[in-house]
Amino acid sequence: MSDKIKSDDVFGLARHYRFQWEEAQQGYVLLYPEGMVKLNGGAGEVIKRLDGNKTVGDIVKELQEAFPGVPDMEADVLAMLQLAHEKAWIALKE
Amino acid sequence: MAQQNNGTKQSHAPKPFWLLAEVTYRCPLHCAFCYNPTDYISHTQNELTTAEWIRALREARQMGALQLGISGGEPLLRDDIEEIVAEAGSLGYYSNLITSGVGLTEKRIAEFKRGGLDHIQLSMHDITKEINNFITDTNTFELKKKVAGMIKDYGYPMVLNVVIHRYNIEHIGEILEMAEAIGANYVELANTQYYGWSLINRSQLMPTREQLDKAEAITNKFRERVGSKMKIYFVVPDYYADRPKKCMNGWGEVFMIVTADGTVLPCHSARVLPGMEFPNVRDGKGLEWMWNESPAFNKYRGDDWMKEPCRSCPDKEKDLGGCRCQSFMLTGDAEMADPVCSLSPTHEVILQAIEDAKNPQLAAQPIVFRNDRNSQKLVNGEARELVERFHALP
Repeated sequence: MSDKIKSDDVFGLARHYRFQWEEAQQGYVLLYPEGMVKLNGGAGEVIKRLDGNKTVGDIVKELQEAFPGVPDMEADVLAMLQLAHEKAWIALKE
Repeated sequence: MAQQNNGTKQSHAPKPFWLLAEVTYRCPLHCAFCYNPTDYISHTQNELTTAEWIRALREARQMGALQLGISGGEPLLRDDIEEIVAEAGSLGYYSNLITSGVGLTEKRIAEFKRGGLDHIQLSMHDITKEINNFITDTNTFELKKKVAGMIKDYGYPMVLNVVIHRYNIEHIGEILEMAEAIGANYVELANTQYYGWSLINRSQLMPTREQLDKAEAITNKFRERVGSKMKIYFVVPDYYADRPKKCMNGWGEVFMIVTADGTVLPCHSARVLPGMEFPNVRDGKGLEWMWNESPAFNKYRGDDWMKEPCRSCPDKEKDLGGCRCQSFMLTGDAEMADPVCSLSPTHEVILQAIEDAKNPQLAAQPIVFRNDRNSQKLVNGEARELVERFHALP
């Protein structure tokens, strides 16, 4: 579970999880049985891109292009994915 | 659960993230621990129509409600749950059907799947047929196993809710093994809290502290073994805690209930509170007004209502003085610190209840099952001896 995340890893949302934009909260949320998580802007941008095809490296590149002013994007993305994986919000695609 | 501000009045009101639709109080089961009101028989007439439910769902969603529980009684006793589910799906709710399993057929579950129902929470009671059938006063053991299989077959996460009490707490390890065997993803071990019918049956249902500690230790060990494939919630019962729960995460903070007859409540048992006038969706004022403006939803919002010892307590933000209904039912004063708190001046009523549960004479009293006949009896003022210790029970 806590294996280090590699740039060619591919993630998707965990089974039974739903990710959606909430107008009333102006933010992304993750929904699952018995709970929900309100994601901050950065986490929402990462999870939005987990489509089960893109690699972690692809996503870092995309985010660097979308938000060119952010230093250490790669470290932020990896830390976020690490957390999401530990919490079982996301799952590795085989 | 999303974080909300608590404790002080906010310039912007909190939002009802969770909407519980208690679509009917009718139920084919007669569980001794049911939290439904003991006078539910007075609220089974005039159930909201399908159109009224759909309007309520739309209004709540517009206010930001996101999690929808469809509950009861047994919701499947209504034949319009398919329509309610489909509406919830198209509105973007994350929806959950909370059921005993009675009335779930292949045809209905297929329709729920098509309509976008996200999960089904099934109640289970024990590994033995005897205890299952005894505590629910029905013959439902085999049916529940069949329904569990159906839920799995339709690709739903397996979410089990097991209410824990004296009659099944010694089987908690076996209950967890059963959950694992049927492929449960989530298991809620809900120790009985004492409201409604369970309050009347408290001396017969409450386990001892030793039983509870043992059950928790077994659960923790099991959790370690299964890891993340099964998420287990162990809901600690109030009576054995030092501090009260932050009931509903705060009055009118995140949770809103629309009940079968349209009454809108901030918690399951708020009807018991005296002098309250709860709004009803049939008033035509709209859920937004009810949540934001109605006197009932503002009555215990924040902490302005508190008195000592809560008012100056360093933990007041943490638990908001506990549960107003529990305070009222056990002490006659809704603004009293929840007696569960060891700092409450009325804490002795909890200690007495724990003692009573060890009294073999009280424990041997017959259980009062939740059924129409008993509800009518209580409404009629018969069987006073069962309720006279408690405030607000009929």
